[in-house]
Amino acid sequence: MTTLNRRSLMKGVGAAATLSMIASTARAEDKVKIGFIFLGPIGDYGWTWAHNKGREAIDAALGDKVETIYVENVMEDASAVPVIRDLAQQGCKLIFTTSYGYMDQTLEVAKEFPDVKFEHCTGFKRADNVSTYNSKFHEGRAVLGTIAGKMSKSGTLGYLGSYKVPEVVLGVNSFCLSAQRMNPGATVKLVLIDSWFDPPKEAAATETLINLGCDIVTTHTDSPGPLQILEQKGLHGFGQGADMSSFAPNAHLTAIEDIWGPYYVARAQAIVDGTWASTDTWDGMKEGTVVISPYSAAVPADVAAEADKVQAGYKDGSFDIFTGPIYDQDGTLRVKEGEVMSLADLAVIDWFVKGVESAS
Amino acid sequence: MSPDFIIAALMTVVGLTTPILLAGLGELVVEKAGVLNLGVEGMMLMGAISGFAVTVFTFNPWLGVLGAAAGGAASSMLFAVLVLQLNSNQVATGLALSIFGTGLSSLIGVSFTGRIVIPFTSVFPDALAKHPLFEVIFGYSPIVYFALFMVPAVGWFLKSTRAGLILRAVGENDHSAHSIGYSVIGVRYAAIAFGGAMAGIGGAYFSMVITPMWAEKMTAGRGWIALALVVFAGWRSGRLLVSAYFFGILMALELYAKASGFSVVPSQFWAAMPYLMTVVALTFISARGNAGSNAPACLGKPFLPSN
Amino acid sequence: MRIKLEKRQTPSTLMLVATPIASVLLTMLIGVVVFDLIGINGQRAVVDIFLTPLLASYKWQDVAVKAAPLIIIALGLSVGNRAQIWNIGAEGQYVIGALCAAGVGIAAGTAGGPLVITAMVLAGIVGGAAWAAGPAWLKTRFDVNEILSTLMLTYVSYQVLGYLVGGPWKDPNGRNFPATAPLAENQTLPILFPGSTVHLGVLIAVLLPFLFWLVMSRSVFGFQIRVVGSAPHAARHGGFDAKQTVWAALLIGGGMAGLAGSLEFTGALGAINLGFPSGYGFTAIIVAFLGRLSPIGCLIAGIVLAVTYVGGQVAQTTVHIPNSTAGIFQAMMLFFILASDILIRYRVRVIATAPKIVAGE
Repeated sequence: MTTLNRRSLMKGVGAAATLSMIASTARAEDKVKIGFIFLGPIGDYGWTWAHNKGREAIDAALGDKVETIYVENVMEDASAVPVIRDLAQQGCKLIFTTSYGYMDQTLEVAKEFPDVKFEHCTGFKRADNVSTYNSKFHEGRAVLGTIAGKMSKSGTLGYLGSYKVPEVVLGVNSFCLSAQRMNPGATVKLVLIDSWFDPPKEAAATETLINLGCDIVTTHTDSPGPLQILEQKGLHGFGQGADMSSFAPNAHLTAIEDIWGPYYVARAQAIVDGTWASTDTWDGMKEGTVVISPYSAAVPADVAAEADKVQAGYKDGSFDIFTGPIYDQDGTLRVKEGEVMSLADLAVIDWFVKGVESAS
Repeated sequence: MSPDFIIAALMTVVGLTTPILLAGLGELVVEKAGVLNLGVEGMMLMGAISGFAVTVFTFNPWLGVLGAAAGGAASSMLFAVLVLQLNSNQVATGLALSIFGTGLSSLIGVSFTGRIVIPFTSVFPDALAKHPLFEVIFGYSPIVYFALFMVPAVGWFLKSTRAGLILRAVGENDHSAHSIGYSVIGVRYAAIAFGGAMAGIGGAYFSMVITPMWAEKMTAGRGWIALALVVFAGWRSGRLLVSAYFFGILMALELYAKASGFSVVPSQFWAAMPYLMTVVALTFISARGNAGSNAPACLGKPFLPSN
Repeated sequence: MRIKLEKRQTPSTLMLVATPIASVLLTMLIGVVVFDLIGINGQRAVVDIFLTPLLASYKWQDVAVKAAPLIIIALGLSVGNRAQIWNIGAEGQYVIGALCAAGVGIAAGTAGGPLVITAMVLAGIVGGAAWAAGPAWLKTRFDVNEILSTLMLTYVSYQVLGYLVGGPWKDPNGRNFPATAPLAENQTLPILFPGSTVHLGVLIAVLLPFLFWLVMSRSVFGFQIRVVGSAPHAARHGGFDAKQTVWAALLIGGGMAGLAGSLEFTGALGAINLGFPSGYGFTAIIVAFLGRLSPIGCLIAGIVLAVTYVGGQVAQTTVHIPNSTAGIFQAMMLFFILASDILIRYRVRVIATAPKIVAGE
């Protein structure tokens, strides 16, 4: 007969408690945690909004097995390290760091947490547990440049950028080259504002570009601010990262939409299946990471046709804007006639093509 | 340099100048009353989010501007109570207001990201406001005209009205003013509230006119330029207008330098100019000795009536 | 019934210590209310901001690393504030100090070791002090208000930063991203606890307050600072040179800020980019006040504010409030501390007015 005394009662309670604890942790362990580091607010209707849509795609596809958490407005400096680390400490098994400026920070935390996997967007440094992924935004720029080159009356186009990093340089070059295919005399005025998201500065820079003669401005920064200025002036521009027509119904001709969903779901699935490995992925229009929004009514039929041709060319692989001959700003021939620039060269590019006017 | 370019450049400068002109006018009045309020940046941001929020809910930008003024004035009251009733250190309290306003506006703004507001309709008929030549005079948002109107209004108030005289007396010699029977505390409350309201409208210029949307910290340090402006202008409203436009031109130069590839001096040189010029101006003003200085004698000192 | 303020004979020590504590507690309470009003889980937010960093041991290193620059800068500022010198430009001196350290690092190339690191840190101190020397000269020579001159130079320092990291000092291997090249292993401060991020700067931040306390309370210089601050006329009669005090106050403030910058650079970051100015120079003003301008107070207050920084980042992930909301709490604590200042010098008396005697009753 078991003595029903306080000690045995306590033992029983303890055992029951432990069992239920194990059970509840087992339930919590069932769902794999995936974390996201966002540069701006998810309401920026641009870059971060698009990444967040990718996160929601994971929720939709794998919601029963996966739980996603995110942090917004993480600065691209050392303060990102504790934030990334915090996600890892909270139990995330996969962490997406969605901007170039998180590169070294991601690697630092990755070293501390070898069992956690990291995906760094638009970077170039990898490790056993760090993958990089990028999108060929410049393919989208080629479409925009085609439209801008045909529709611009002044032949001077504006480009609003952040830093002279390869992603931006590729965008500028692609935009310029494709505009020149439609209008050989087209030039691009470039302003780099040293920030990805600063609406008043973006607006002032856009105004400056307009005052210097640009009648179509494309933005490589993350807010719809530039489009609002273009709308006020009755000019045209393009959305960045997402369809921004709600901010500028008349000015918005089309937009480059970043579609991260399929890649994110695939990587999340790999974590769940245990098949994740460090890779470098650079998809584009063909794979569906770059999508062009529907053209607005302001785009004439012949222009739309040219733009569609470029899209089709990228999708079936028959077209690449970085096909020679390509000259740089000093007039030196950088890419020979008929040659196509390799991905490796594109990844480290630091020179602008002829026709781009900039301060550096 | 075509006329089109000059007109466009002028309009850009007006856009850059208006917010600091508004905040500067407000701070000028506050400092003339003897109080140094460093919290301009915080008040501007509170005005920006208040104006934006009111416009989102009422669909009326005029109500929005009133909301901005109210938001700025309300936040200035935090400062006023501490500094006037509890004699707390003005420098630290103003700084706390700046940090507080920045943080609170960010928090409130979370639910407003991604929304846009109805812009102002122009007060002048389209024929004038959108005319290629006349738009340089008639094509601005109402807030611009309000700011330009306030320059002579503040100047007239300070120089030619009894209330303005009292305010200046409070700032130059608070004990004398008190012994004559004027409420030093009351006058300073009013001045601080005015400063807050003007800063709030200046902030709303960012969220309602330049880019009708909300983003954290969107005033980007302009509040601190407004503080410099008041000193640079020697606490005189007419000079404030000229100084504000001078600063606006410098800000525009930074962007034009970048956009047109002008790299003889780095663009940061232009961006630093307003601040360096202020230090130079400060030196000249102070070097001429206190007799020639326009700084209110009681600036920054707490008022302690002998009980 | 009315409230009367009665000046105390001597400042109340009880209030001196109780008010900072009360300020923190009141801030937490109001924080819960404000957040609940906005629709965010107030309790969770406040717990995450104020308590989680203290309770979760894996956060302690973050608190320590964040507290170091705050404490060091605040020490320098408190010396100045005691002498009624208001250095608002600590942020700029912090940036210039770090840039000077970076310059030495770049000049050293691949060379490292204790000598190089010491040179970098010393360069930081000199750089920060030099950036404060301008305002010091302007004040002593032209009576230029140091509040405005130091503040203006802060904004100039941001442009200097932008120019250097975007131009001559940009990392040649950094794909044109405006940042300096990362320091090599042998150019960074040693880590105190292997496997953690706690670098030597943290130890310096813990020891310096005691050094400052010794100097401020035991040396003639410390006495001079305190007298010049509280009784300028007496100070002049005592032979203390006001100009010398201005120079000392600003150079110490600038030097400490520069030290904090160089330690942050060589210990925590290893590289400088446009995001380097994190507002420590301004937050340190709050630290100095919360610590009642005493060295040990700065040490404790620095930890408290570091907790709110780290907690704010925790709350970013848990209740999704923006990072800058930590500023609301920091400012609130300062508001309360400033408001309660008056309780130290005055006693609050509630006086019941005598009942009115109506004639004829």
